[in-house]
Amino acid sequence: MANPSGIGASVRRREDKRFLTGRGTYTEDIRRPNETRAYILRSPHAHARIAGIDTADAQAAPGVVAVFTGADMAADGVGSLPCGWLIHNKDGSPMKEPPHHPIARDKVRYVGDPVAVVIAETTAQAKDAAELIVVDYEELPAVASLRAALDEGAAGLHDDAPGNVCYDWHLGDAAAVDAAFAQAAHVTTLELVNNRLIPNAMEPRAAMGEYDPATGEHTLTTTSQNPHVIRLLMGAFVLGIPEHKLRVVAPDVGGGFGSKIFHYGEEAIVTWAAKKIGRPVKWTAERSESFLSDAHGRDHLSKTELALDKDGRFLALRVSTVANMGAYLSTFSTSIPTYLYATLLAGQYRTPAIYAEVKALFTNTAPVDAYRGAGRPEACYLIERLVDTAAREMGIDRTEIRRRNFVPKEAMPYATPVALEYDTGDFARNLDMALPLVDYAGFAARKAEAAARGKLRGIGFATYIEACGIAPSNIAGALGARAGLYESAEVRFHPTGSVTVFTGSHSHGQGHETTFAQLVADRFGIPIDNVEIVHGDTAKVPFGMGTYGSRSLAVGGSALVKAMDKVERKAKKIAAHLMEAAEADIEVKDGRFAVAGTDKAVGIADIAMAAYIPHKFPLDELEPGLDEQAFYDPKNFTYPNGCHVCEVEIDPETGVTRVVAFTAVDDFGRVINPLIVEGQVHGGIVQGIGQALLENCVYDESGQLLTGSYMDYGMPRADDVPSFTVRYHEEAPCTHNPLGVKGCGEAGTIGASAAVMNAVVDALAEYGITHLDMPATPERVWRAINESRPAMAAE
Amino acid sequence: MACTITLTVNGKAVTREVEERTLLVHFLREHLGLTGTHVGCDTSQCGACVVHVDGRSVKSCTMLAVQAADCAVTTIEGLAPADGTLHPMQEAFREHHGLQCGFCTPGMVMSAVDLVTDNPDPSEAEVREGLEGNICRCTGYHNIVKAVLAGAQAMRSADTEAAAAAE
Amino acid sequence: MYAFEYQRPATLADAVAALTRSEDARPLSGGMTLLPTLKQRLAQPSELVDLSGVPDLQGVREEDGALLIGAFTRHADVAAGETVRRRIPALARLAESIGDRQVRNRGTLGGSIANADPAADYPAAVVALNATVRTDRREIAGDDFFTGLFETALEPGELVVGVRFPVPDAAAYAKFRHPASRYALVGVFVARFGAEVRLAVTGAGPSVFRVPEMETALASDFRPEAIAGITVDADGLNGDIHAAPDYRAHLVTVMARRAVAACG
Repeated sequence: MANPSGIGASVRRREDKRFLTGRGTYTEDIRRPNETRAYILRSPHAHARIAGIDTADAQAAPGVVAVFTGADMAADGVGSLPCGWLIHNKDGSPMKEPPHHPIARDKVRYVGDPVAVVIAETTAQAKDAAELIVVDYEELPAVASLRAALDEGAAGLHDDAPGNVCYDWHLGDAAAVDAAFAQAAHVTTLELVNNRLIPNAMEPRAAMGEYDPATGEHTLTTTSQNPHVIRLLMGAFVLGIPEHKLRVVAPDVGGGFGSKIFHYGEEAIVTWAAKKIGRPVKWTAERSESFLSDAHGRDHLSKTELALDKDGRFLALRVSTVANMGAYLSTFSTSIPTYLYATLLAGQYRTPAIYAEVKALFTNTAPVDAYRGAGRPEACYLIERLVDTAAREMGIDRTEIRRRNFVPKEAMPYATPVALEYDTGDFARNLDMALPLVDYAGFAARKAEAAARGKLRGIGFATYIEACGIAPSNIAGALGARAGLYESAEVRFHPTGSVTVFTGSHSHGQGHETTFAQLVADRFGIPIDNVEIVHGDTAKVPFGMGTYGSRSLAVGGSALVKAMDKVERKAKKIAAHLMEAAEADIEVKDGRFAVAGTDKAVGIADIAMAAYIPHKFPLDELEPGLDEQAFYDPKNFTYPNGCHVCEVEIDPETGVTRVVAFTAVDDFGRVINPLIVEGQVHGGIVQGIGQALLENCVYDESGQLLTGSYMDYGMPRADDVPSFTVRYHEEAPCTHNPLGVKGCGEAGTIGASAAVMNAVVDALAEYGITHLDMPATPERVWRAINESRPAMAAE
Repeated sequence: MACTITLTVNGKAVTREVEERTLLVHFLREHLGLTGTHVGCDTSQCGACVVHVDGRSVKSCTMLAVQAADCAVTTIEGLAPADGTLHPMQEAFREHHGLQCGFCTPGMVMSAVDLVTDNPDPSEAEVREGLEGNICRCTGYHNIVKAVLAGAQAMRSADTEAAAAAE
Repeated sequence: MYAFEYQRPATLADAVAALTRSEDARPLSGGMTLLPTLKQRLAQPSELVDLSGVPDLQGVREEDGALLIGAFTRHADVAAGETVRRRIPALARLAESIGDRQVRNRGTLGGSIANADPAADYPAAVVALNATVRTDRREIAGDDFFTGLFETALEPGELVVGVRFPVPDAAAYAKFRHPASRYALVGVFVARFGAEVRLAVTGAGPSVFRVPEMETALASDFRPEAIAGITVDADGLNGDIHAAPDYRAHLVTVMARRAVAACG
């Protein structure tokens, strides 16, 4: 009988009860005796030289414990926040990597750049005192956008980065692309903006530093997706604290979406300051601070060209992208518009030649790094807008042009011209599943009905493929990664048969405490309640690379399987001994270890007991205990893929776009918990819809953030979106990990923005509108309609 | 400067000295240790801080603790009955996976309970409109809406049962 | 927030006295604007005078065929109040559209109009319904009350006690919400009293304004078509990253038509 909590069951989440009753423990919820509060004074200028800082009055203000500046950190030899991926230029030279200090030293480079920290008994006192700090700024001209950075004579942010260029990188075969274009029957060109976003996890970032002078141990509690990575980066590169004296804890974390992967300066500030003052130091961002100082996402300008033959078959793709790094390099910033973007430009299609060049620029804006999807939504949006545009120009149905160009499942494994090898995928199946769900055949009637109500109805398709579980470590290393990309797991059976799993993955909403426990319950046939999942603490978990890039199950889950394999191997030996049988005769089924051809069997609990009370144990052959650890380094990426379909209605009078239907058909490989997987898709879709219709991070020319709160940054709310139709199939499981899983965390976001925009452009097609940049705000849509009217009248 | 306030929180009378500028949410979190009520923004929009004051949902980040003097405040910690079971709305969120990271959840549940108290049988559109003051970044709202509709039904059933029992 | 003192007087006289005593004292009503302002340290009052304990500011009653709504009446109570829904349903619906549920449970009519946010909803109703604002010392015609961006005719220390709304024959409010803040990007309240039509626009300009050309056209032909060709001048209208002045001007006509259509 299948385990009711096993693989494939929609087990209700075990973590929910604490969240639903207000008993979650987020960083800001933790109280320490004698704790202090830090407030960070941030630059109001986008670009300025710091001529001097006078903190005397602040130091003397009520409740103030200490005030520190960049000079204090420099005096203690505090280092620069490191970048985790080295990119090489076209000419082979390394990228520019200017220093990024936790507190600015000589210059500030974006509004929000820290200039001082005030530590006081209360936050209010710290804020009161911060107003007494006098900073002498000499303002400099700001470079507040990619377009401004591209201008000749733009001001320079970093002395060692001429022209504000971080790197100028490329991928693919330019000559082959040129040759293909020369043969093309049709060329579609498109210029695209991938709008800048602010991640906005609902829990603002927070960090608490503690120091124990008795042991010399530092503890950082932080809102992180990967505490071991923070320990490594902060310990080794910033503060010079060895791992055995530095514990990093990421307790309950209220969403990340990429923004909590990175090592932020505040983490170093509180850890360092706690030792300086001898008391715990806690910092919690206010939302307006999060807007200024969290790493932002996206922000590309791209020129794209697609060459096609007369039948609409893709011959070649040429892409030139400028990507915004912001003022400094955030931890994984450099890898996003390169190895997580250009490598995905084949999409689901058999485009034989692709060439992409990416120039990354510094600007006087917050650092830009991974945000849900990270490079892959940018690639999907680009390809799918281009494909739709080509279909329209050539008069080919949009589903047909896609079908004609899909990599067929028979061609798997398929090596793309941009360095990836897709192991599996059945793209036509996704589309075939989607078409009846969306009643594509009935769309014309729905459009006519909407028109009768004065509304413009459009339907949009997007297919996507993403590369998840970035790996393997040795290849990534050769491409510039400065970290391993494996995951660890430890499976500890206790004497009475309950289990504690230690995973290097980190849950900040994904439900690992349930899904990972299902894997264990399924494997050993034990009740899920007997399994505890421990994550997020470097003092407990052996090691970990954390959770990002939809990697948890594919990489962390695989490590868990490997550890369970080891447990099983040892358990078999113990079982053989207990039943006086040969190890080779032990069969394992549903957690029972049986002697083949007999009715003799023992359960895993009996084996665990024997392992820990080794009275009748072959101690010369076998160690006591049942506790195994494994590291798993994937052989390849996993390749989730899908087909998303959106229908919109536009009010031409006001320009308001409403998503009236959204259907996602996805291939995530094997699905462990359908309820959780569907939830991930729902959330992803709304972030994609958000980018397409609402969200836009805007700085003015002087580098002031105009969208610095929910008053100006449009966050999707419940009444901005409909309910969704979400389906998946398990017909093409991943071929190279033991679970056959691919990952589902980012899919919704990757497919949705392209599907929405294709629907918007479809709805507006009757006005002769062929493209609109995101977000398709009411004003933007209205203006496009308005500007097309004179042209239509003239025809 | 400080003043003394007395109010009822989750059914218990509490008296504390607070600074006048203390927000209700900080009072709950810092003075009473009720950290289930969260702060997710500083412009009164995200709703992570929603509690009930005298039976109505309010954003506790936009109310002073002194304004709650002599009022009855219910926080997420006080919603479930003492027997360890969940309130029907909490149970519906669990059953329908109406939460992921859990940060917006307390405010979302408190808003949902208030919404359903006013409108016991809401439509999907009414639920979506009724939750406009609560932002969730994880769920895409799909399962939250499902949960609130189911929670409303469960609350109606509970009311019917209670009425039947009373007769 | 900077530190301040706090008091909750029990009578109107005490409230006015407290506000008059100190130049830097501020009345605290629902606090939906004041508290966020204080949190951002954009104001530094010496004292907050909480009006919630003053009975004279509460309640809705009918008076000589008009509705008198106390200044401290919360939006949720205007929206749900039987008297308002029966007599001026458009006003109840406007109240129901303000902010979100939690804002409506705290925010008050008096606080909203005294604050005179250019994107607030109530000013459109006050002007279009030809309401009269009652203060602790006088009555101010709706047309004279809003004098500019966050500015009213109130004198220092003067408190709104209530607003008297004449009951129209037909009225409706149509709002186009700001995509992020959800305040009124453009809100149009139209009211017909016999042969007279009044139409007021909020959100579009620095302060609420009437559109006489539309009022005249509607007085002779109370149908949406009558104003379809009438546009307001974009000069002087608000502009931000979500809506430039010309878009707001366009929306005024669209929302005005929709408000008229909603009058049935």
